Amino acid sequence: MVSSLLRSRGSASPALPLAIFLCFFVAASVYAFVARLYPSPPPISEDAVLVDRQYALTLYITGAAFILAQLGLAYAVLRFRDRGQKAKFIRGKIALEILWTSVTLVAFVGLGIAGRNAWAGARFTPAAPDSIQIEVTTNQFVYTFRYPGADGKFGRLDPSLVNAPAGNPLGIDPNDPAGRDDIVVSDLTVPVDRPVELLLRSQDVIHNFFVRELRLQQDTVPGMVIPVHFTPNGTGRYEIVCTQLCGLGHSTMHSHLNVVSESDYVNFLKRQAFVQ
Amino acid sequence: MPADSVVELLERGGGSHSGGGVPCGDGGGGNDNQGTPQSVYITGMILALGGILMFFMALISAWVVRRGFPNSDWQSIELPHILGLNTLILTASSFTLVRSRRLLVRGSEADYRHWWGVTAILGMFFLVGQIIAWRQMFATRLFLATNPASSFFYVFTAAHALHVLGGIAALVVVGSRPAQHLTLETATRVAAIYWHFLAVLWLLIFTILVVGR
Amino acid sequence: MSSPSRAAGDTIHAPVGALARFLRRYVFSTDHKIIGLQYFFLALLAVTVGMILSLLMRFHLVWPAAHLPFVAGGIMTPEQYLAVMTMHGTIMVFFVLTTAPQSAFGNYFLPLQIGAPDMAFPRLNMLSFWLILLAFVVMMAAFVVPGGAPISGWTAYTPLSGLGEIAGPGEGMGQSLWAFSILIFCVGSLLGSINFIATTIDMRAPGMTLMRMPLTVWAWFVTAILSLLAFAVLFAAGILLVLDRVAGTSFFMPAGLVVNGALQTNGGGSPLLWQHLFWFFGHPEVYIAILPGMGVVSHILANFSRKPVFGYRAMAFAICAIGFLGFLVWGHHMFVSGMNPYSGLTFSLLTVSIGVPSAVKTFNWLGTLWGGRIQFHSPMLFAIGFVSFFVTGGLSGIFLAQPAVDTTLHATYYVVAHFHIVMGVAAIFGILAATYYWFPKMFGRSMNESLGKIHFWLTFVGVYCIFMPMHFVGIAGGIRRYADSTGAAYLAGLQPLHRFMTIAALVTAAAQVIFFCNLFRSLRRGAPAAVNPWNGTTLEWIAGSPPPADNFSGRFPSVYRGPYEYSVPGAASDFWPQNIPPGLNPGESTEQRYAG
Repeated sequence: MVSSLLRSRGSASPALPLAIFLCFFVAASVYAFVARLYPSPPPISEDAVLVDRQYALTLYITGAAFILAQLGLAYAVLRFRDRGQKAKFIRGKIALEILWTSVTLVAFVGLGIAGRNAWAGARFTPAAPDSIQIEVTTNQFVYTFRYPGADGKFGRLDPSLVNAPAGNPLGIDPNDPAGRDDIVVSDLTVPVDRPVELLLRSQDVIHNFFVRELRLQQDTVPGMVIPVHFTPNGTGRYEIVCTQLCGLGHSTMHSHLNVVSESDYVNFLKRQAFVQ
Repeated sequence: MPADSVVELLERGGGSHSGGGVPCGDGGGGNDNQGTPQSVYITGMILALGGILMFFMALISAWVVRRGFPNSDWQSIELPHILGLNTLILTASSFTLVRSRRLLVRGSEADYRHWWGVTAILGMFFLVGQIIAWRQMFATRLFLATNPASSFFYVFTAAHALHVLGGIAALVVVGSRPAQHLTLETATRVAAIYWHFLAVLWLLIFTILVVGR
Repeated sequence: MSSPSRAAGDTIHAPVGALARFLRRYVFSTDHKIIGLQYFFLALLAVTVGMILSLLMRFHLVWPAAHLPFVAGGIMTPEQYLAVMTMHGTIMVFFVLTTAPQSAFGNYFLPLQIGAPDMAFPRLNMLSFWLILLAFVVMMAAFVVPGGAPISGWTAYTPLSGLGEIAGPGEGMGQSLWAFSILIFCVGSLLGSINFIATTIDMRAPGMTLMRMPLTVWAWFVTAILSLLAFAVLFAAGILLVLDRVAGTSFFMPAGLVVNGALQTNGGGSPLLWQHLFWFFGHPEVYIAILPGMGVVSHILANFSRKPVFGYRAMAFAICAIGFLGFLVWGHHMFVSGMNPYSGLTFSLLTVSIGVPSAVKTFNWLGTLWGGRIQFHSPMLFAIGFVSFFVTGGLSGIFLAQPAVDTTLHATYYVVAHFHIVMGVAAIFGILAATYYWFPKMFGRSMNESLGKIHFWLTFVGVYCIFMPMHFVGIAGGIRRYADSTGAAYLAGLQPLHRFMTIAALVTAAAQVIFFCNLFRSLRRGAPAAVNPWNGTTLEWIAGSPPPADNFSGRFPSVYRGPYEYSVPGAASDFWPQNIPPGLNPGESTEQRYAG
């Protein structure tokens, strides 16, 4: 029986090995995705959880389609290999066309619509009015974070004043009193469970701000100030990486997000106010 | 052979053009190779215009985006006064071209050549006028990189002028052919379509430059 | 009586004459078949360069301290890695995936399949090729100029690509040459598309209505329309980029840039404008890369299942739908770019919609196999492989089509896995399937079938081994275009996956040597091929192998039926060619049905 599976007219048929490989491939892929051998790290915000839910929904639907299509291919090549039979002369079936067009339309567009909320929560709604505002500036190849300080106001920036070796990497105007208490650091520290709004800027080329655990990623574009917001609900130290090709130091450009307790955050601000 | 509809245009290739399965050229030969119907040159020119139009639409979209930036550094520029005259010249050249082709169809060879030449000369005047326009811009210290409005001015006008230069070359090449040349009707038609397109395109660009100043 | 001087003259002139004839026949030819072969061999050269570049990258990612060939200085620096990456992408996308499926096979077989003697504009066709070749030479020159090749990726985002040398090595002359090469390529492509569209519209054989065109012709036709519209936009974007680089304009360069401490004098341009213009071209470009492969796969599946394409009309319509929708989805490359988030949602819904005609095509391919009599010659194996890869790659795209999910996957290796599976694998399988299928027609010889099968198995398994693990690198946060994993700490944990992929890549690349050997050996020593070795129904199979200069020796066919009349009930043979008049029995020559 195996020999008949292997053979077809004229040559040993690859039909069985092909079908077997496709089945194995489907099993291995499903296992790899389900077993989460190299998972993304756990989410640390409500918005991130919504993203994960949408990812899971997409995985189920596309996974089902993947299994059906690949196994269907495996079955077809095995069952209909040339064994001397006559091929069925069918031009097509309108009912089938309508069926699979509608099903895929509903499934795919439905997925797209279902994903709206996860996107809307992060992007359509503005940051809460009591958010902690922190400015993020990127340039080749570092992140610089600026807090407004006790007065709650950012000092004016002037690109012509940028002078990192002299200690003014952002170009804060020394004549602006609002800038005197600005805190400029290279790590991002925020308190847990409080809304944060980041104002993303770039000095030279497009960079990016990406924290995996927040499921938050945004390009930083020179000439634009782009706001993003999040509320972290888990303390810890998380990687900030640059994902937009920015030059030869692109792979080394990274920083850290420190989510700390409220009291630690207050101490951080006090320490920095003293240091700056 | 005007295409009445897109479908007719597409279906034309499906068997009606070469009469019975033995393509030996439409309208008496003189084709590049066996079986190339004359209509294909018209189709080709229309397609080329589609590409050229997309190119200018990309530039115009860039202009729209740039113009519409809030807090932008858009400074109005004063357009060179000669542009209006240039527009009239180019528009006039379209009319002389129509006249020339009508005369060709009617069989008046000398008159066709006369008005065909006038068209080419008007085209050259247009180009000279555009060069004068650029010099007028230089005189007011508006160069390519001076400000966004001036950048777009030079890009639009230079891109258009290069196409006009190509058009003049085409007019010269076609106009130098002997009148008995079997494909002259098609060649003049193709060149005319291109030329009229450039005139209409210029009207579009000119309107944008004036209105969007 | 012959004079000695005349004899001497003959001896001197004969080789010159032969050279002139050779040049006229094989180099400066206006014959669409020669031009198609010129594109084919150019793409073969380009894919070799592209593959070497990819192996250099894969090697470096896993053994960063290794001394690599072709790398100045031996050990690859980050800027060299980025230059290799940029050129790999550029060469593969433009000179392989845009050239082989459309310019090579389309040029060769479009006139044949519609029963025409040549393309509509043969001299324009020759000019197109020479422009593409010139573009390739200019692109390769970027490797050898001071500073080397550009480092901004094939996407050349501004301001990085617009700043010039201060942005990094390779951003001076290298980036400029890149831009010039692309501009030349655009013109060549535009001229080529005009040829394809005009030929398809005006030069079809009598009786070949739109609905009797092979699906390959549909695919080349729609692809050419995409090309015409998309490359025109890229040309405009390229001009503006060159002006920003050399003329001090600020189309894409914002004000207030501080690069390496130096304030730049640009004013008020928009980096996002470059992205919009680029991706307005870039997304149709990927459909330009895949649509011809889809056409070829439909064609081959029918031929080797001995059945009509299931749902021919739906397939033709799906090609048009994919082409049309392909122009409306470019924003899905820009979800996190700073673009308006509401636009993002709109682009997202349009993008998932494009999955519908793609799914329709997949179901119809399965339907074509269903109930068939499948013969597993090499072309068929690669066509089946295409279907598998298109399913995998297409479905992974559904994740990226949703902005919320894309937020975590954008610019990670997940994206790299997705586009490699659809472009770098599926589209390549389309090219390979077409090569095995049409080799006998093009060269009058057969390729070795056993080597073809071995090539298929090693490649099919090999590329899944390379690109499936890549999804997991991305999900875990492995970032693309990273020269090394010395940045964030978590990257080191992904090295085992990288090692597996690199080894798979080396094995798979080595397997391609089998293909090259088979190809070049069969050119000279392959068994002579029949006129119709696969018992196909379409018009290319009635021309000689290879076809004569005017394709049909003066006896141009007329068409009486659709392109995939296989196993028609009541017919004596299982294929009914398009050109046989009705009433004539199609049951001749049923020997050689199994070309083995």
